[in-house]
Amino acid sequence: MAFVQPPNTFRAGADENGHFGIFGGRYVAETLVPLILQVEKAYTEAKTDPKFQAELISFNTHYAGRPSPLYFAERLTGHFGGAKIYFKRDELNHTGSHKINNCLGQILLARRMGKKRIIAETGAGQHGVAMATVCARFGMECIVYMGAKDIERQKPNVFRMKLLGAEVRAVEKGHGTLKDAMNEALRDWVANVDSTYYAIGTAAGPHPYPTMVRDFQSVIGNEVRTQLHEAEGRLPDTLVACIGGGSNAIGLFHPFLDDQSVRIIGVEAAGKGVASGEHAASITGGEPGVLHGNRTYLLQDANGQIKDAHSISAGLDYPGIGPEHSWLHEMKRVEYVSATDVEALAAFQLCSKLEGILPALEPSHALAYVGKIAPKLPPNHLLVMNLCGRGDKDVFTIADALGAKM
Amino acid sequence: MSRIAARFTALKTQGRSGLVTFITAGDPDMATFQKILGGLAIAGADIIEVGMPFSDPMADGPSIQMSSQRALKHDIALKDIFSAIATFRKTDNQTPIVLMGYYNPIYRYGGERFSQDASAAGVDGMIIVDLPPEEADELLPHLNAHRLNLIFLTAPTSSDVRLPTIVNKASGFIYHVAVTGVTGTKSADADVVKEDVARLRRHIKLPIAVGFGIKSAAQVKAIAVHADAVVVGSAIVDVIAESARKHPSAPDTIAAGVHAFVKDLASGLK
Repeated sequence: MAFVQPPNTFRAGADENGHFGIFGGRYVAETLVPLILQVEKAYTEAKTDPKFQAELISFNTHYAGRPSPLYFAERLTGHFGGAKIYFKRDELNHTGSHKINNCLGQILLARRMGKKRIIAETGAGQHGVAMATVCARFGMECIVYMGAKDIERQKPNVFRMKLLGAEVRAVEKGHGTLKDAMNEALRDWVANVDSTYYAIGTAAGPHPYPTMVRDFQSVIGNEVRTQLHEAEGRLPDTLVACIGGGSNAIGLFHPFLDDQSVRIIGVEAAGKGVASGEHAASITGGEPGVLHGNRTYLLQDANGQIKDAHSISAGLDYPGIGPEHSWLHEMKRVEYVSATDVEALAAFQLCSKLEGILPALEPSHALAYVGKIAPKLPPNHLLVMNLCGRGDKDVFTIADALGAKM
Repeated sequence: MSRIAARFTALKTQGRSGLVTFITAGDPDMATFQKILGGLAIAGADIIEVGMPFSDPMADGPSIQMSSQRALKHDIALKDIFSAIATFRKTDNQTPIVLMGYYNPIYRYGGERFSQDASAAGVDGMIIVDLPPEEADELLPHLNAHRLNLIFLTAPTSSDVRLPTIVNKASGFIYHVAVTGVTGTKSADADVVKEDVARLRRHIKLPIAVGFGIKSAAQVKAIAVHADAVVVGSAIVDVIAESARKHPSAPDTIAAGVHAFVKDLASGLK
């Protein structure tokens, strides 16, 4: 394998054309190119506008409830008998996950651009709920595309979106999951170019979305840096986060990428096992390709047809990953590993019983991996895991998986 | 002269616009597709667009999405498409063939090998929906080396500032998307097309084909007044779908129906 020369900084991307190495870019139909260039221009201006940043901070504080706590998970630490485990409690945010961080940023941008109609795609429904929430708050029309299969397994979130005034459009095409919802949202955008802002929910899609979503989510890692310094007086030793598209992970990781002492681990969903072919582990079990506006690792067959992902967690059930993760993988800055459905379920139960926290199935994957490495690490090893969502939405899925009647 | 350039020169001599017909490779199956392909030029197609089926056709409406799914049921791969075109070329060495699709199957096949095999099969150009000029530089040298045209799309949203970026890398012809929307949904408006094409002509010397939302002979005739060629896709694909449903495993009947429809579409141009 060729020696990879590390860059001076891992935090400078994307370049002006939206590339992270060979990944990222703007692979969209011509009709959409002028639109994404407008979003990029508006975001570039907003980013350096103190008024925009002040308003975002204000909403993060008073509406979303930031900063979220950094919590020492004492009983899990004792249970694993190794590393000192901290949870970044992003499940305590308004709407129950990290998704609100991105939604507040994008709704302020959409308002700045004069858009009145917001479209979004959602898998687990967390991004859909967060977007429906901010649309209600800012008085905008909200249309959420959601796979029919996901609607079935995430009923509480579907009803929440409706209560918030959003229209949820079921996508029957393909296999009725997140990938198909994203195709349908892109088709809507092409047909409604003047009125509509597309609020992508993860750090993927055409430039500038991967960079913009990362920036809005980086509040997670920035807070961890301050909070851990207050608690322990130093940097973490290891960071762990789950990865579907990878927005909570890049938000935790990005502020630490240039701190070489910090080991960084992303946990993909291995479904029924990577060897089974039924998984959502794009880096572990995929190849580079082009989908949904960016080049990144994708689950695909030998002919370049995209394969369906599988995971017990609807939020990780996507055959791609944000392009910056693909680049960080090839640069060997971040380790990408995986956890299965079964391992995630066990971690969910453990966390519920020992910490009194029902984690979402997505971060349960991260916790499953923490359970593998923590016992081998010394007690002074500081491990921070992003607990990016709460598990209330998953209780039906979990009951089903455990064979329990509710 | 390339087949595409020769065809547009001939159309100019005849003083008319051309008809571009779209069908998806392998729809509803490979044998029927080969029969349909073989008779399109005789029925009146001046240029043939062959869709390379993709699992996630983001810019396509329901008709072409379903045609891709029908083809992919038979695991149609690029090598099958090249082989069908090579067979077509044994009896027709004049009608230009343009492949249309999405970038991932090409990227996966490898840009250099793709260009070599497409050229060897008798393909003349490519329309790659999700490969705007900004991302085309890794594929262009390979296409150029094999004398394949890269045909770019322009849209109602392409501004005067942006058009030169597209024109600088385009060859063969320009495919103007008449509506803001996916294929086969909204209906193209001849007055809007007239204005858009007039604007494009200020930047573009290449022939301009207009497509999306053109479904009938009357619409073909109306749009043809303003364009060098008119593209019909979803409407033809709908005829294939309907006929394949009514006459499963009757390739001759399905092909005859498609050819009759294309003949009707072409009638307004000749």
